[in-house]
Amino acid sequence: METAANPNGLRRVAIDPVSRVEGHGKVTLLLDEHNRVQQARLHIVEFRGFEAFIIGRPYWEIPVMVQRLCGICPVSHHLAASKAIDIALGIDQVPRTAELMRRLMHYGQIMQSHALHFFHLCSPDLLFGFDSEVARRNIMGVAQAYPDIARQGVLLRKFGQEVIRLTAGKRIHGTGSIPGGMNRHLTPAERDELATQVPQMLDWCSAAVELVASLEAQNKSLYENFGRLNTSWMSIVGTDGAMELYDGVLRARTAEGETLLDGADAQDYHDLIEERTQSWTYLKFPYLRSLGPEAGSYRVGPLARVQNCDVIPSQRAELERQRFLAHGPVHATLSYHRARMIEMLHAMEVIGELLGDDALIGGELTAPIPGPGSPDRPARRRGVGIIEAPRGTLIHDYAIDDDDLISECNLIVSTTHNNQAMNDSVRAVARDAFDGREVSEGLLNQIEVAIRAYDPCLSCATHALGSMPMEVNLVDAGGVLQDSVVRHGDGSFERMPSANPVGVAERVNP
Amino acid sequence: MNYFTLDGLEVPFEEGDTLMSAARREGHYVPHLCWHPRLGQSGACRVCTVKVNGRLAAACTTRASADQMVENRTTELDAKRRLLLQMLFVEGNHFCPGCEKSGDCLLQATAYEMGMTGPRFEEFYPDRPLDASHPDTWIDFDRCILCKLCVRASTEIDHKNVFAIGGHGIDTHLVVDSPSGKLVDSRFSADDFAAGVCPVGAILPKRRGFVIPIHERRFDRAPVAEESWLENDASTRESTDDTGGHDEGA
Repeated sequence: METAANPNGLRRVAIDPVSRVEGHGKVTLLLDEHNRVQQARLHIVEFRGFEAFIIGRPYWEIPVMVQRLCGICPVSHHLAASKAIDIALGIDQVPRTAELMRRLMHYGQIMQSHALHFFHLCSPDLLFGFDSEVARRNIMGVAQAYPDIARQGVLLRKFGQEVIRLTAGKRIHGTGSIPGGMNRHLTPAERDELATQVPQMLDWCSAAVELVASLEAQNKSLYENFGRLNTSWMSIVGTDGAMELYDGVLRARTAEGETLLDGADAQDYHDLIEERTQSWTYLKFPYLRSLGPEAGSYRVGPLARVQNCDVIPSQRAELERQRFLAHGPVHATLSYHRARMIEMLHAMEVIGELLGDDALIGGELTAPIPGPGSPDRPARRRGVGIIEAPRGTLIHDYAIDDDDLISECNLIVSTTHNNQAMNDSVRAVARDAFDGREVSEGLLNQIEVAIRAYDPCLSCATHALGSMPMEVNLVDAGGVLQDSVVRHGDGSFERMPSANPVGVAERVNP
Repeated sequence: MNYFTLDGLEVPFEEGDTLMSAARREGHYVPHLCWHPRLGQSGACRVCTVKVNGRLAAACTTRASADQMVENRTTELDAKRRLLLQMLFVEGNHFCPGCEKSGDCLLQATAYEMGMTGPRFEEFYPDRPLDASHPDTWIDFDRCILCKLCVRASTEIDHKNVFAIGGHGIDTHLVVDSPSGKLVDSRFSADDFAAGVCPVGAILPKRRGFVIPIHERRFDRAPVAEESWLENDASTRESTDDTGGHDEGA
C-alpha cells in the first residue's frame, strides 16, 4: 500500500497538517471508487539543515546550537551532543556532580515530554473516542469534562519543566551542559523546592498509568488491534540490562523476543544501522544492516524500552512493567501510551532519588579539556553520543578538526527510527478502518491517532540536508491531469506520463 | 568646576574631557558600542549620538565645554540609535540563540535598552569566513561590527598592530596583519588586551563557550544602562571574571 499499482483515476484525500503532533507532516491517501485505500503515505514536509550548517562551527557551540532542532525535547539534543563532544575530546568521564546534574536534566525532560504528549495531545482521543465531536477533542475539552486529569497533566509537565530550568538555566533551550561537564549546581533551596513536590508527582504518575490501564481494559480489542504491527525493537539498556535512558549499550530484539544485538557500543552504530531515502518524504528510513532494508525496520521509544530492558530499576515502575507484560510481548501500537506512562513514573522515581544526592549542590563541575599538545588529546577527534530521548534512541555523531571546528556530523533522531513503523501503522488503519466506508473526519482522525501513538517529532527528524524531490501537476478545469514534471532528489527533472502523476524514485544511501 | 547639562542634570567636567568621559565618570549612561575608557576616540558606531545645543554630535568625540545643553535619552535620539543598531544586526550574521556572547554582548544589551524588537530591514546574510587558526583565540567575522576596539587596543596598548580595517563601503572588513592573513601567523597572543576587548562575539577565547550560566552573565545582573561605572571600568578593576578580564567599561 506504499505505492498504488495504478494511481490513475484514484481519488486523493490529504490530512494536512497532521494535528496534535510536534512539527509538520501530512498523510495522503489514494482511494478507489469503492473507497478502498490503494496507497497511504505519511509525508514529512518540513525542511531543516542542521547537519550541514553546523559544519565549520566551533565544537563548544554545538550542544547549544543543535538543541534548536526542537522546542519539545531540546534537552535530549543538548545532552546527546555534549556526550558526543566529550568523547571526541578524549574525556572519558565527566565529574560525578556534572553527571548527576545532566541525568536530572534528562529525566526531567523525559517526564515533561511524556506528560505533554499523553495529557495534552492524546488524552482527548482516548477519553472521548477517536470519532467523537471534533470541537471537544482537545485539551480544553478534557479540562471541561475531566478537570482533575487535565490539571494533573499540566502540573506534571510544569514540574518537569522546572527540573529543566534549574539544571539548564531555562525551560527551553538552556545552556547548562557544556563540553566536559556542566556550568551550574543546584542551590540547596532549589533542590528542596523540587524535593517537596516529589511525593505528589509520584502519585499523579501512578494515577496516569492506572488511567491508561483502565482505558485499555474497557476496550481490549481496540487497544490490541488498532494499527498493530509485529516489528523488532531497539533501545539502549544499561550494561546490566536494566532500563537506562541517559547512557548505555544498544540492544535489539525481534518481535518474538529473540536477541538481534546486545551490548553493542554506540560508537559502532554505523556498522549496525543503515538509512535509506524515499523521494516523497524528507524523513529517512533506517534499518538494521544485518536484516537488510526490507526486513530490518524496527521500532524505538517507550514500548521498545519497556520490553527491551530486563528490569526497570525503580520499584513502582517495575511493578507496572511486570503487570504490563504479564501476558507476553506487547505489539499493539496503542500500547505505546501505557509504556510511556510507566516511563514517566520511572523518570519521576529517578528524579526523587537524584534529588537526595548532595553532589548536586556542590563539587567539581567540569573535567579539563585536553588542549593542543596534550598527550590526552585523541589523534582523531570523533565521538558518538547516544541517549534515549522521550521518543526513542537519539544518536549524535561528530568529528572535530585540528582548529577545533566541526568537520563531520550525522544525526539519527528518534522519530526517524519509527518512520517505517508509522507508515505501516497508517496503512494498517487505512486497510482495517476504511475498507470501503465513506471518508469522514472521524475516520481520518483514526489515521492521526495511529501516528500520534508514536509521539513523532517531525521537526527534529528532518534535520538532514538534501534536495527534496518536487512534483508539479498541471490539471485542467475539469480536473484531468494534463502534464506532470518531477524533480528528483539528485536535482534531475523528468516529465512523467500523464497517466502516472505519482513519480516514485527509490534510492539507497551509499 | 565647569558643568554642562545632560538631560537637564548638571555634569562636571575636567579639561580635555569628552561629553562621554565626563558623563560616564558621573555614572550617566550614554549608549555606545565603540568607546572604551582606556582607548582613544573613534566615533565609529555613532550610537552615542546626542544633541548639543540642538545639533547632532557623537558624545565620544565632542569636547565638553560649559554652557552645553546636551540631550541624551530622548525618544527621538533613542529611535535613531535603534535604527543604527538594526542596520548593524542585518549587515552581519547575529544569531543570538547560538552565540556564547549572548547575555554578555554589548550589541545585544544596547539593542534591548533601545527597545529593538525586530530586525526591521531585510538581513544581508553575508558569507564571511571564520578564523580558528590560532590555538587559543578564534574570530567569527559574522559578528564583527567594525567598532575598531581591537584595532585600537592592539595598536595603543599591545603595540602590535595585529588588526586593521580594510576595504571600502559595504566591503569594509576586519583584517589581520600576517603573511597568510590568519591570526595564527600574526603577533597576536591570548594575553593581549585586544583579545578581551571585543564588545560582541567576534573575538573569543577557544574551548570555553557557555561556561557562565544563564542568570549570571554580565547583562543578566544589570541592564546596560544601570551598570555601575567603576565596577566595569577595565582600567580600575582587578580582573575578577573568568572571561579573560578585559571587559569593556560600559
